Amino acid sequence: MTGDDLLTIARRVAGRARDGEQVEAYVVRTRDTDVEVFGGQVESLTTASVEGVGVRVISGGRQGLAWAGSLAPDVIDETLTEARDNAEFGQPDEWVGLATLADVNGAAVPHLDLWREDLESIPTEAKVRIALDLERATKDADPRIRNVESASYGDALAESALANSLGVESRNRRTTCSASAVALADDGSGTQTGYGFVAGRTVSELDLDSIPRDAATRACRLLGARPVPGRRIPVILDPLVTRSVLGVLSSAFNGESMLKGRSLFAGRVGEQIGAPVVQLIDDPTDARALGATPFDGDGVPTRHNALVVDGVMQGFLHNVYTGRRSGSGTTASATRGLGSAPGVGVRALRLEPGAKSPEEIMVAAGEALYVQSVSGLHSGTNPISGDFSVGAEGLMVRAGAFAEPVREVTIASTLQRMLLDITEVGSDLTFLPGAVAGMTVLIGEMTMSGA
Amino acid sequence: MTVSLLDHDVLQATLDHALRGGGDFAEVFVEDRRSSSGRFDDGRIEELVSGHDRGAGLRVVRGDTTGFAHTADLSPAGLRNAAEAAAGAARGAGGASRTVGLADRSEHPLDAGVVAPETVDKHRKVEVLARADAAAREGGSAISSVAAGYADARRRILVANSDGLLADDDRVRTRISVQVVATGDTGMQSAHEAPGRTMGFELFDRIDPEDVGRRAAQRALTLLEAVPAPSGRIPVVLKRGAGGVLFHEACGHGLEADHILKDASVFKDQIGAAVASPLVTLVDDGGYGQEWGTLAIDDEGHPAQRNVLIDNGVLTDYMWDIVRARKEGRAPSGNGRRETYRHLPMPRMTNTFLLEGATEPDAIIRSVDFGIYCVQLGGGQVDPATGDFVFGITEAYLIEKGEITRPIRAAQLVGNGPDVLRMVDAVGNDFDTWTGMCGKQGQSVPVSSGQPTVLVREMTVGGTAA
Repeated sequence: MTGDDLLTIARRVAGRARDGEQVEAYVVRTRDTDVEVFGGQVESLTTASVEGVGVRVISGGRQGLAWAGSLAPDVIDETLTEARDNAEFGQPDEWVGLATLADVNGAAVPHLDLWREDLESIPTEAKVRIALDLERATKDADPRIRNVESASYGDALAESALANSLGVESRNRRTTCSASAVALADDGSGTQTGYGFVAGRTVSELDLDSIPRDAATRACRLLGARPVPGRRIPVILDPLVTRSVLGVLSSAFNGESMLKGRSLFAGRVGEQIGAPVVQLIDDPTDARALGATPFDGDGVPTRHNALVVDGVMQGFLHNVYTGRRSGSGTTASATRGLGSAPGVGVRALRLEPGAKSPEEIMVAAGEALYVQSVSGLHSGTNPISGDFSVGAEGLMVRAGAFAEPVREVTIASTLQRMLLDITEVGSDLTFLPGAVAGMTVLIGEMTMSGA
Repeated sequence: MTVSLLDHDVLQATLDHALRGGGDFAEVFVEDRRSSSGRFDDGRIEELVSGHDRGAGLRVVRGDTTGFAHTADLSPAGLRNAAEAAAGAARGAGGASRTVGLADRSEHPLDAGVVAPETVDKHRKVEVLARADAAAREGGSAISSVAAGYADARRRILVANSDGLLADDDRVRTRISVQVVATGDTGMQSAHEAPGRTMGFELFDRIDPEDVGRRAAQRALTLLEAVPAPSGRIPVVLKRGAGGVLFHEACGHGLEADHILKDASVFKDQIGAAVASPLVTLVDDGGYGQEWGTLAIDDEGHPAQRNVLIDNGVLTDYMWDIVRARKEGRAPSGNGRRETYRHLPMPRMTNTFLLEGATEPDAIIRSVDFGIYCVQLGGGQVDPATGDFVFGITEAYLIEKGEITRPIRAAQLVGNGPDVLRMVDAVGNDFDTWTGMCGKQGQSVPVSSGQPTVLVREMTVGGTAA
């Protein structure tokens, strides 16, 4: 492990660019703590530090990459050499190139406070206690909870830096922490599971008391769940489910997918693609979002991007490459891992919240299926064709109240249809781990298959 | 490339250090992984990527608690620091220290005939992609987008533990994937084909890149003609190979010992019970051929073995790693796997197969009046505590009056593991395997699944057709 400043390391690599060559280095360091408890005992406790470097070399319009899980100087040398060698095998592409100062200049860098100094000083014992207390409280939350399948606490301090040979530099750091529990409920009718979790930037920002309550409520209200006969029916999506659906939908707004003929919204800018209540925004400059970041994976300052306004499509998200190739310019939406060229993706996607609370939406829905969780989102759903079909469990809703619980059914439609069929967007905007926020959403009609 | 990741003395000293403050079990897991990948998109090679990751994971078990630390620093000092961190996390203070005596190393070098990726000219890897791309584009003007990927990885591991075990392994995996989008009057459809094996570049003596591209293209074109999938409970026939993932989800995960010991599996306390149709014999076999999930030793140093999980419908055993096996006072079953040295091992499947039956596949299809015939599945998901599972179909057809008729669009199938196992009404005399990545608790490992043609009496198909 080296204690070197990450930006210094990245600059050193970028500074080794030869004539006619562009070099970019992306350097990361993360420190993690993870606690899993079971049966009143610590099941596992992991403390770790991870470092790595990703190097991109562009020469004659040809791109090569290499990465390594170490910041040792000899490893970094080897990585640069490999990236150079890989560039030899590329095919020239006139749009390939690193971010330039012209891409960066003029864009204000958002001031985001994503680091909590105190997280580092919280002793491991206190983190272990959080998980143990969670397990006990979840077990005690309801007499029908027979066991707690898992209770955990985790946090991460993540730092990264990027420097390229065209003078673009960025530095980023953030803390995150989360806790969760899975409750197993049984009243003699069979087991049901329920999940509770919270996430924030440090422990004091976590509403830990909500976890046992959510896990127990979500498990117990499914007790006795059965398949119900299939029909077309209004569907209410729980905030966690809305998050997952928006995550699948997000690839349709990806400028790379559009350019390569893989976006179902290609050619639809300016058209009505959603119901008028749909306002879809990706805003990594909103510090409440756990995916918030001041710079994207190209090193360009992030910005607020409106994707859909009043149901009308506004445009696609772009990184430096797709922005140049499409002529639209970057929207600072480059995503980045160590081992790949920047892609395009959302970081803080959300719908603009509406006026109705979840309770008011249940009243508005009439007879509906409330979907508490979905499964198979990435196996039965095709974000290119838009075909959407997932396993679902939840509860029937009648007269504004939960009725009988339901499991082993599917709900199906198409992503295109679902966006047009959204009739209510809830006021309960919930920021969640990952790149998408959730809220309660009412979809006017989907096909439910069941008994 | 040398296979000795660390020498005997350093490993022994690290284990001794890990147990200095007491502890029931200690392990050093060392990994060196080199990978390369290429992406061919939009008719050109977009990028080649090389990766190198190397480090060690140290764990110390004391009572029910596992302390874990990992490091990219393989110097004796780096390993000592990680051992201390793991011991500290396991509350190692107190108890007697121990000295470990390591056995002679059990070695598993690359098999003869494996063409190691680092010996292959990168031009040849690019060429494979170009061939797959060109073949897919031969599908005609309806083919609107082709993306092909190549990936190989050589993973060398070394495991030493306080029971004296010392073993290494050297594995190479190679995979090619092609995604094709076809555009027609009904919009866009996409299809995917991604075979992989525990092999080197000689994979392409067995798998023709053109064939992979053509199959993906043909599937996308077929889907353009697809009708909406039915909605409701109907018979489901799974073509050989395609449905292995059904058993992976319907019962495989529920037979992993961690779920059992947490009382979070519907298969707990069912050993000896008839849990499936008598036609069902299910094995997990990490030593089978050169499948995607094949290994010489698991990630705890235990040799891969063939485990019969369900024998003619009767549940015979679960899948075990070291920690869960120690709790039960039994031997592990070669199912302790981890994604990298940064992850803790847990019980995982390897190659999970439903064994062949006696029925002709054609007879199975002819026996169905109205149902669906699944040719390719897109993966699935299960809640082992309830047994409820799903899997997605990515190529399937209607069966009408015993004949395969029209293709249907993507849809989800849902079922309950114990229910579906009992509804296996026919098992064919054919067999094939499927390549996939299995995700569990944030860790992804290569697995294969396999089965003959199978008839499930009834499952819920989540289409949109009335």
